[in-house]
Amino acid sequence: MSMKDEVVSRPAGQERETGSMMGGMGEQEQERGERPKRVGDRVFRYLTTTSGLVIVVAIVLIGFFLLIKAVPSLLADSTNFLTDWRFDTTGGKLAFGIRDMLVVTVLSSLLALVLAMPISLGIALFLTQYAPRSLARGFGYLVDLLAAVPSVVFGLWGVLVLGPAIEPVQRALNAGLGWFPLFSDGNVSLAGGGNIFTAGVVLAVMLLPIITSVTREVFRQTPVNQIEGALALGATKWEMVRTTVLPFGKSGFIAASMLGLGRALGETIAVLMILHTATSPSGFSFFDGGSTFASKIASAASEFSEPLPTGAFIAAGLVLFLLTFVVNAIARSIAKPKKEKA
Amino acid sequence: MAKRLDAKDLNIYYGKFQAVAEVTLAVPPRNVTAFIGPSGCGKSTVLRTLNRMHEVTPGARVEGEVLLDGEDIYAGGVDPVDVRRTIGMVFQRPNPFPTMSIKDNVIAGLRLAGVRDKSRLDEVAERALRGANLWNEVSDRLNKPGGSLSGGQQQRLCIARAIAVQPAVLLMDEPCSALDPISTLAIEDLIAELKKEYTIVIVTHNMQQAARVSDQTAFFNLAGVGQPGKLIEIDDTEKIFSNPGQQATEDYISGRFG
Amino acid sequence: MTTTELERPARPPVFHHLSTGRKARNHLATVLVSLAFLIALVPLVWLLATVVIKGWRALVSPDWFTHSLKGVLPDQFAGGIYHALYGSLAQALVCAVIAVPIGILAAIYLVEYGRGWLARLTTFMVDILSGVPSIVAALFIFALWISTFGLEQSAFAVSLALVLLMLPVVVRSCEEMLRLVPQELREASYALGIPKWKTIVRVVLPTALSGIVTGSMLALARVLGETAPVLVLVGYSQSINFNIFDGNMTSLPLFIYNQFTNPTAAGQLRIWGAALTLILLVMLFNLIATVISRFSAIKTK
Repeated sequence: MSMKDEVVSRPAGQERETGSMMGGMGEQEQERGERPKRVGDRVFRYLTTTSGLVIVVAIVLIGFFLLIKAVPSLLADSTNFLTDWRFDTTGGKLAFGIRDMLVVTVLSSLLALVLAMPISLGIALFLTQYAPRSLARGFGYLVDLLAAVPSVVFGLWGVLVLGPAIEPVQRALNAGLGWFPLFSDGNVSLAGGGNIFTAGVVLAVMLLPIITSVTREVFRQTPVNQIEGALALGATKWEMVRTTVLPFGKSGFIAASMLGLGRALGETIAVLMILHTATSPSGFSFFDGGSTFASKIASAASEFSEPLPTGAFIAAGLVLFLLTFVVNAIARSIAKPKKEKA
Repeated sequence: MAKRLDAKDLNIYYGKFQAVAEVTLAVPPRNVTAFIGPSGCGKSTVLRTLNRMHEVTPGARVEGEVLLDGEDIYAGGVDPVDVRRTIGMVFQRPNPFPTMSIKDNVIAGLRLAGVRDKSRLDEVAERALRGANLWNEVSDRLNKPGGSLSGGQQQRLCIARAIAVQPAVLLMDEPCSALDPISTLAIEDLIAELKKEYTIVIVTHNMQQAARVSDQTAFFNLAGVGQPGKLIEIDDTEKIFSNPGQQATEDYISGRFG
Repeated sequence: MTTTELERPARPPVFHHLSTGRKARNHLATVLVSLAFLIALVPLVWLLATVVIKGWRALVSPDWFTHSLKGVLPDQFAGGIYHALYGSLAQALVCAVIAVPIGILAAIYLVEYGRGWLARLTTFMVDILSGVPSIVAALFIFALWISTFGLEQSAFAVSLALVLLMLPVVVRSCEEMLRLVPQELREASYALGIPKWKTIVRVVLPTALSGIVTGSMLALARVLGETAPVLVLVGYSQSINFNIFDGNMTSLPLFIYNQFTNPTAAGQLRIWGAALTLILLVMLFNLIATVISRFSAIKTK
């Protein structure tokens, strides 16, 4: 998506260089010597510019409103917002921190990314370089079909079908690799697989079509002369891919993965349905339960009434907003230099 | 209707790069003027400044005057939209509007300027298509998309579209370069007829074409890469091709370079 | 020299053969990328099969598309998703009515007018907005609409949150389509003395139209499946509510989430049935988008 937006930066605006000549104009035949005003052009210009500004203003407002609603609650917070794992907003006294939400969000998203990145890379290569031409398009639709599945359905499938199905795998990992913190005993039971591990796997499936579609576009743009050059030297298909397609598409792939990461960090309903609630702090294990930022907010949403407790959740939302903002900004800055060189 | 066009001391820039320097020329009415010269010499650029089309390119800028019957089209209060309505243009590659039928293409200029009278639009469409020698070929399928025509027909459709708004001057930017020889001949015949009513300026890379269709010829050249293009000389076509005033012109015409 | 080589006994092979290692690596790579694709098909097939097998019986029950759950007991399989279907479509359409025009105009700004810092900022913000999680958009509308303006929860608030999610998708796809319109067409129009705004409205937009419609349909499909805003911004209802400005309104995702906590067989059938309905609805919009894109005036590639 963001790969393409600046390929052609030749908007047809002509006003800047010619001073006032194009600025305004007369709808009817011109009266020479009088400053022309073409009302339609001016109105349309303002209209479109305003619409562009709506987007800028929306982002500013999101940050602003979340901030002003969060500040009173943050001031009333009786514990450390960054390091406490508890999230008590009931009973008059606020004591909330984001430690566990951050841990669960980051662990599940990173697991999803680690699983989804190599597979997406493989799919993108398969679809653009390996699959027979006549089938590639149909195969592409299949992968896109994954993107058409709403996240609430992924949640259903994750908690009712996938979780129980991979519970044995989780038990085996826990038994065999339990000495390693990420696979040690979690703070919830392994039964049913309602933990970060299952959530990460489901998120990974959700990321596949996202990362693949952008990466596929980039790979497809590999200059044909480079590909033919490599093949003409007697390179095998894999050597051709390694020497032309991968270097050309590397930054695009990484940017796509960052976009996917942004999506995983903010995924709400699927994670909410999968994760068991935990009553003790996270021990940085994949077999922990708990909440991500998004699922915590969503689960409490029906009780948003008092400003201060609601503000606590809005504060968590603000952290999530900043997190995704940074991730997306990084994705953009990775994707951009390529375009400017091209 | 046909008007004369005078360019005075044109300097044309793209950003900091000067593309054309010090061009002064006169185009009399009802007359075909051809611009010839090697690629990159700025002949198309000059053409595009004659109806303020170059402004469409970001960063393009022009100094000097272009007078249409004595009035500067670059004067402070002049609207480029009105300039272009008066000075039409036909492009190198035929570019009919893909969403419009043949007829709608022809009357696009009038309709978008607010003309609604259906009988008048029909009349203009027929007159313009006849004027472009296309009527006989398309009269039975006016509602087909413009893109369904052959390349040569599409270009004549674009000419019909340009003359439907009854411009005073018609600018043609290598109108035959994307066409086959037979379509080229059709366009050249058309130019000879259009000359009776319009002032025509045509850019061509084909010297024979310039010799065939034009009354006067302007030769442009550039001193070297990165140098601005310049007008070397402008004179009657016959004189340019038989006895040019400049050595460079003679070299170019006799095929010694370019 | 070539001839002398050829006249020699054909000891040296005609072709240089690949070393075994290179061949093996090439085969391994082929196997791995094909495997990656097959791995992706596993959850797809598994998920779709589950939904169809567990949900199809709901769809063929007579009242499924025509009745709500009004007066239906949790463990009784009766009624249907009529109210949720209406909610989903109403919320998505209201969202589209707001987001599509703004999105198209913003894309026109970026492609036809935008230059300098403001255009760069806008492009950047479109990127950022497209990455804003749906729960954050929902929280923002909650903070603005309900907490600041003091308005009630309503389907319209949901639509507003969906606008934020749909807008960047529309801008993106529309921008892409507008950039595909050949510059020559704009020039042809300018050369006829047609003002810029009319050139855009009458020449550029019609040329890009099918692509823009396709993009908007895809954006709509995405918005249909959003769940986070409905959890925060509107209440659940068993029965139909046509008023988007007032009262509780169920949409398909909310329906699924609500019935998710209903452990009875009827509840299970309802969630899978609603999931299947939702997938079919999203696929229908995707399909319409694909069909429309076939009629594109611009030949891509």
